[in-house]
Amino acid sequence: MAGPKYPSFDTLALHAGHTPDATFGARAVPIYATTSYVFRDSEHAASLFNMERAGHVYSRISNPTVAVLEERVAALEGGVGAIATASGQAALHLVVATLLDAGSHIVASNSLYGGSHNLLGYTMRRFGIDTTFVDPRDVEGFRRALKDNTRLVFGETLGNPGLDVLDIPAVSKIAHEAGLPLLVDSTFTTPYLMKPFELGADLLYHSATKFLGGHGVAIGGVIVDSGRFDWEKSGKFPQLTAPYAGFHNMDFEEESGTRAFLLRARREGLRDFGACMAPMTAFQILQGIETLHLRMPRHVENARKVVAFLAAHPMVERVMYPEQPGHPDHELARRLLPRGCGAVFSFDMQGGRAAGKRFIETLRVFSHLANVGDAKSLVIHPASTTHYRMSDEDLKKAGVGAGTVRLSIGLEDAEDLIEDLGRALRAAQRATQAPKDGAKAPKAG
Amino acid sequence: MDFTVDGKRAFAYTAAHALDPAKRTALFVHGAGLDHSWWGLQSRWFGYHGWNVLAVDLPGHGRSGGPPIATVEAMADWVMRLLDAAGLGRAAVVGHSMGSLVAVECAARHAARVERIALLGAAYPMKVGDAFLEAAKKNETTAFDMSTIWGHAPQVPLGGNPNPGMWMYGDNLARLARLAPGVLHNDLLACHQYAGGEAGAAKTACPVLFILGNRDQMTAPRVAAGFAKAFKSAQTVLLPPSGHSMMAEAPDATLDALAAFLNQE
Repeated sequence: MAGPKYPSFDTLALHAGHTPDATFGARAVPIYATTSYVFRDSEHAASLFNMERAGHVYSRISNPTVAVLEERVAALEGGVGAIATASGQAALHLVVATLLDAGSHIVASNSLYGGSHNLLGYTMRRFGIDTTFVDPRDVEGFRRALKDNTRLVFGETLGNPGLDVLDIPAVSKIAHEAGLPLLVDSTFTTPYLMKPFELGADLLYHSATKFLGGHGVAIGGVIVDSGRFDWEKSGKFPQLTAPYAGFHNMDFEEESGTRAFLLRARREGLRDFGACMAPMTAFQILQGIETLHLRMPRHVENARKVVAFLAAHPMVERVMYPEQPGHPDHELARRLLPRGCGAVFSFDMQGGRAAGKRFIETLRVFSHLANVGDAKSLVIHPASTTHYRMSDEDLKKAGVGAGTVRLSIGLEDAEDLIEDLGRALRAAQRATQAPKDGAKAPKAG
Repeated sequence: MDFTVDGKRAFAYTAAHALDPAKRTALFVHGAGLDHSWWGLQSRWFGYHGWNVLAVDLPGHGRSGGPPIATVEAMADWVMRLLDAAGLGRAAVVGHSMGSLVAVECAARHAARVERIALLGAAYPMKVGDAFLEAAKKNETTAFDMSTIWGHAPQVPLGGNPNPGMWMYGDNLARLARLAPGVLHNDLLACHQYAGGEAGAAKTACPVLFILGNRDQMTAPRVAAGFAKAFKSAQTVLLPPSGHSMMAEAPDATLDALAAFLNQE
């Protein structure tokens, strides 16, 4: 007898979390642009505030449009639920602020988005939360960095910008042996390319601004909880397993079991820090998710063509894409990312900064800006932008050189992208061959 | 709140309230492979509306020590020993799925201590398919999949959740993933082998309420209707949009039905 079947990823991407509007029959997700919700009576109001009934009270805490996005992403990731936030950075902050107190410690990959590195390496230290950064390719380094006060292990599924593949099964094992959860930033892979919970991660988040939204029109983040980490058994998280005076003396784990983390993150974190997502933003990101399963294969297909072109170009020293046989994580990527390694990658050009500058300024199809995961192809020079605040030493640890260029491959015709890159590389090559300042320029013609 | 039953830790959620023998008590019994938190919204409501609440974790589930209990009858006796440990005399027993069979046995075997029973997602006989039992016996994840998919209405994965931001399938799977090996099989086998439904119904003298999901794929309402006829009298509330997990699928309607029934003197 065949067992029952779950709806496929493609179907969930279009339907999960949304029941057509009962009043007007609207098929699309309505944008509930409301701050608040009318109570049926005083008893109903009291029961909503005291979490005796399900529903919405105030849109900083929850909103029907945002809830559709949350449930849909949770469905695609296989989590118990999700919380949408104002940005990916707000998502990371909300996880940290929910699980850690002053005096506690994080072990994180050193191959992170610059903003995440800033938050953990500088800003959270002001609030007494310290982070030790480790090389994600040295898996045992995570174990060596653990301290008695460590409360979180963190990395990116694909490190930024070197595309280090996080060995989630191995790192999660180390975290779990220490009674700690593993959080991953899954922005570059999306649930289409990788399901981190199936590999052992406990919590994940996305900058939904990127591939989930896919159109570069909205800033947002989403946290998803697997519900698999046993906070009570760990014994290291009184935030979730002891009565909390800040919320009716609630013991979140006792109250809700698998939903403990999300309950506190929503009821305390969104309530007090307030980094919620607007319903219009949720609607825009939902439009993107409805085609995620169509866009991601095309992103990957285009990226592979561009990688092949760059890898063969004489101006290119190396292409950092895990599907390249020479990439340090090639075998790991084959195992963890069989559908592809995404569409964001870096390459090192000959000629250093001058060549890089000419290259970027010559591109016509690629847009020079600070974002990735757009339907349009994007380019940036990390050392002078996203990773600008990192020291040379930290840059080196993160695999960023002066000539490193990061590309985010979009959905245009791949041949147009290759033509654009080829033209820019030729211009960069000419820049490296041009006379130095002060030398006499050759006459034209 | 922790108790000691048979020398082992026994946990019951009390909605953060001290127990008061002068108050009426609502005792909630979860279904196969689940725990007290499955009753989250409903049990909390009763705790804040003048009731003692005991939402139990059966042995081997949630925070209660194992091993799991093999028969429905023994589960009912254990529940009554927990009531003893809590220093409480009588209770209204609310059971879901396997817990509904436990509630029937509580009423039949301990009539003086049970003032009424509410049976959610109930059916008798509660036969479990061979494939489901076999998968659970082998601790295969397909057993979790069967529990999850059949445990909710068909439209659940393609629709919204009354609890903002939650994914019901994922929640169910995560709960089952926390179980010790063999516990789900123990529970399913207990349901499958339970043969006391008709006799238990005949012995039940207290008021009985069935709360059924109209789209229940696990315990179909037509099977429950036959079971209801075995009681001297039983009310039935049918929740049109809900499947087997009505506490999550239709939380307000479930609470309203429970409150109306339990608040009858």
